[in-house]
Amino acid sequence: MGDELHFKSAGELSDLLSSGSVSSVEIVQSLVERVGSVDDRVKAFNSFDAEDALAQAQASDDRRAKGESLGELDGIPVGLKDNLAVKDQPLTCSSKILESFVSPYDGTCIQKLKANGAVLWGRLNMDEFAMGSSTENSGTHTTSNPWDLERIPGGSSGGSAAAVGACETPISLGSDTGGSIRQPASHCGVVGLKPTYGRVSRYGLAAFASSLDQIGPIARNIDDAALLLNAISGYDPHDSTSYNIDVPDFRKAAADDSDRKWTIGLPKEYLEESSDSAAIKPVLDAIEFYKSQGFEFKDISLPHTEYAVATYYIIATAEASSNLARYDGIRYTKRADDFDGKDSIDVYHQSRALGFGEEVKRRVILGTYVLSSGYYDAYYLKAQKCRTLIRSDFENAFESVDAIMTPTSPTPATLKGAHAEDPLAMYLSDIYTIPANLAGIPGLSIPCGYVDGLPVGLQILGKPFKEDEILRVGRVFEAAHGYKDEHPEL
Amino acid sequence: MSEEQSIDIEKVADLARIALTSQEKSKLSGQLDSILEYINKLNELDTDNVEPTAHPHSVFNVWREDKAEKELPIEEALKNAPKQRQNMIVVPKVVE
Amino acid sequence: MEYEAVIGLEVHVQIKTESKIFSGSRAGYGYGPNELVDPVVLGLPGALPVMNKAALDGIIKAGLAFDCSIPDWCKWDRKNYFYPDSPNNYQITQYDQPICEGGEVEIELSGDSRAEMGEHKKIKLARIHLENDVGKLNHFAEDSLVDYNRAFTPLMEIVSEPDMHSGDEAFAFLTSIRQTMIYCGVSDCDMEKGQMRADANISVRPVGETALGSKIELKNLNSITGVKNGIEYEIKRQIRELKKGNSITQATWRWNADLGRTELMREKEDAHDYRYFPDPDLLPVKIDYEWRNRIQSEIPELPFEKQRRFMEEYDLPYTITSVLVPNRTLSEFFEQAAKKDPAKAKAIGNYVTNDLLRELSEAGQSLADCKISPEHLLSLVEAVEKGTITKQIAKDVFVEMFRSGELAGEVIERKGLKPDFDDDQVKVWCQEAIDENPKPVEDFRSGNGKALNALLGQVMKKSRGKANPQSVNQVLRELLN
Ligand SMILES: [Mg+2]
Ligand SMILES: [Zn+2]
Repeated sequence: MGDELHFKSAGELSDLLSSGSVSSVEIVQSLVERVGSVDDRVKAFNSFDAEDALAQAQASDDRRAKGESLGELDGIPVGLKDNLAVKDQPLTCSSKILESFVSPYDGTCIQKLKANGAVLWGRLNMDEFAMGSSTENSGTHTTSNPWDLERIPGGSSGGSAAAVGACETPISLGSDTGGSIRQPASHCGVVGLKPTYGRVSRYGLAAFASSLDQIGPIARNIDDAALLLNAISGYDPHDSTSYNIDVPDFRKAAADDSDRKWTIGLPKEYLEESSDSAAIKPVLDAIEFYKSQGFEFKDISLPHTEYAVATYYIIATAEASSNLARYDGIRYTKRADDFDGKDSIDVYHQSRALGFGEEVKRRVILGTYVLSSGYYDAYYLKAQKCRTLIRSDFENAFESVDAIMTPTSPTPATLKGAHAEDPLAMYLSDIYTIPANLAGIPGLSIPCGYVDGLPVGLQILGKPFKEDEILRVGRVFEAAHGYKDEHPEL
Repeated sequence: MSEEQSIDIEKVADLARIALTSQEKSKLSGQLDSILEYINKLNELDTDNVEPTAHPHSVFNVWREDKAEKELPIEEALKNAPKQRQNMIVVPKVVE
Repeated sequence: MEYEAVIGLEVHVQIKTESKIFSGSRAGYGYGPNELVDPVVLGLPGALPVMNKAALDGIIKAGLAFDCSIPDWCKWDRKNYFYPDSPNNYQITQYDQPICEGGEVEIELSGDSRAEMGEHKKIKLARIHLENDVGKLNHFAEDSLVDYNRAFTPLMEIVSEPDMHSGDEAFAFLTSIRQTMIYCGVSDCDMEKGQMRADANISVRPVGETALGSKIELKNLNSITGVKNGIEYEIKRQIRELKKGNSITQATWRWNADLGRTELMREKEDAHDYRYFPDPDLLPVKIDYEWRNRIQSEIPELPFEKQRRFMEEYDLPYTITSVLVPNRTLSEFFEQAAKKDPAKAKAIGNYVTNDLLRELSEAGQSLADCKISPEHLLSLVEAVEKGTITKQIAKDVFVEMFRSGELAGEVIERKGLKPDFDDDQVKVWCQEAIDENPKPVEDFRSGNGKALNALLGQVMKKSRGKANPQSVNQVLRELLN
């Protein structure tokens, strides 16, 4: 059974651990082997420390032996996107400028995972500073889609989604600023959840765009996503923007199969946009399935959808230009060597020129421009106002529906290099995921079928802080379909 | 938003403190110009009476009480510094 | 042509708190380099700011003390600029929605002599906003060293209108801010520790002109006298330039206190573009009536109000009030005693501002831990008024009370300082003095009233200082007439 452990979900592993039929060390050993055999092709990891993971697993087993288990997550490996601060571990954001940075502190999510006994398992690749939708903007390497190694895994949490899809970790954490959890989850055939803004503390998440960023779980099934969400949710006094609201037991809520009448909104703007999209067929089939289960569907309008991408690229790049100013070669980031005799201005210019990749430079410069003197009102303020319109589209829609369904991405995973010279085309591919970040609402992507052998995701958007509801809705589909048990041939 | 928004790449890159090669400059300004052109789409919207959104939720007065918590030990605080001396970070001379 | 100067000040004042403005790292002075830092203070990836409530209380208090209006809400903005002392390369500050708007600072210019009250004026404020302080750069020949201990100390920036016209006014403005902030417990305003720092905007124009001339920003004003001297120097320099027919170019200059002159720092203000925008990591602040009211109730009587009241209520001379009032605890100590017997207030005020301050400074003690209480002062003044001891002896009694903690009566008793002779004995000593000193007697008789002092001195000597000088004076006059 040992060599099969890496295929098991976190929930199954948790049961095996508590029944004593498997140890955390065995689980980690199985993952170490799995990574050894597939990651030269998938390349999900930036780094991992097998010895350290085994030591964490041993500590978990010791706790369990003494009857001091910390709960469902104790001994379960969790992969981490490489933008989360873990004390004494590298934190690179897949950027050259942070390539030798070692975090001196734990972020809040990490503290919570540690308190739950989870085994922190490796650092997963991403687009540099989470800017991108393919991991091709990583400063280290491009991760491959486990379903087709010639294709991108999506991004920016591409490593987190690919590692779960390739069974190199049962669950992982990603971060989502404009779709960075949901889109790679959909490309890699796994479940990804962007929680409501404020549900999960951002303390310890290297910021891309502070008013949009949110950490969330990636998993092979909804139960696992709920399990991980349970562990990381909640108000945090170290993050002013985390929201002080009760945290339900998401695992229990997702498993709730009592009768409830659901009304689901279908936004006409999304469906029009995607009518000729390659990914639409499985999504329409999924909607038919829901109808057959008694779900009521309602055509709704989110009239400002077409402005979301423009709004997003102003707000996200403006915030990023300021958030990334700290990476300057002075305090802790890599400094361009030959500064002697030069002044600090040269150090900034050279360190940032060498340390940042092309996409980061592009966005930092765009963000600097939209905030610069004479342009603030025309761009930034304008975008903040458009953001209000997009938010109220959702508020209005949620007055008559419980959740909204859309495709997660206009296409299944594309071939690597498809958008290399056309950043705008890449930005536009986030059209379905970006509005949820602007509105701050939760969004879930679940595997709903394949197109030409490539997984496709169904996105379910919910009301603020109603992650429990969208998990429950997603579970209805998942329970009737076998996607969660399907793994790519590697 | 102005119609001819050709971006002054020189000036903006300097504000952002990023040295660009001339190839990077010309490539970037082309790309940024087309992105800005796309962004100008927002001009279609009348937002005169719309309040800006800075935060997704309307929350106020989130603060901490004035209590000292713990600092980073000095060796932790400085362990990533590119260059240090006397427990301080060495920086090139600041030209004012 | 006559010129006048127009001066505006930007004063940065650190708010006294236990922890920093946006994190739990201690705020303090005198620690080893980089001991007071945490992920927020270092601007590490993933670190997030959380407001310190006490810093908000502090600035609201300052605002109310200076009669600012406190809007219903305010927000935080980022001011983006690269500088090695700034951990994030942006400062968290308040751009278009500060927490205090308008307001004024009452100042007192120096009078014609130390004994006279100077002219009072009100200097208009534009605003006061809250922001984080930055680290400290230590410059060396080849490089600089950064210490981030000071970074993220709560800092308020008090911005005046261009409403001052001389170095004296600027001096008085800073003095008043300093005293008010100390009174309110908002800051210690120790300029040596960088708790208060000032920059000045200075321009000159022909008298009668209403438009402002091009302004010079003057930096490096490290002490209150530095502010005065620097501004005065700069005004003279600008007038000299204009008189030579030169024009003033907008620029930043620095005061060189060692050389006593201003020096050009940077000519071209390369149009700072700070790219302000609302800080997405922090939420806005709503200030309701209750909050404002609570802070208002914590504001003590302010220095100038107290001074006016002391002069009126206790009939104190300006000189005593100008020593008492700047020191809040001292003035409160004075008032505890004076309240019990307002008729004795002036005498009490004298003992407090002369004898008590002198003894405290000699003993290196603070008022709080010395042995003198209001009762001590009252017992001493009473003994003098009753004529039990002379003012001269009272000085010694005070020193003894300060050392032993006894009341005046106890000291007088123990040391036998009460007169041990009667009025007849005084008369005898007076006659002796007259007989033994013909010269002063003659001088007095020929109209030199002061000559009596020599005789008085002789009698005091004979009584070992215990005789009451007033009655000796009277007896001498009777005997000489
Ligand atoms: Mg200023
Ligand atoms: Zn300031």
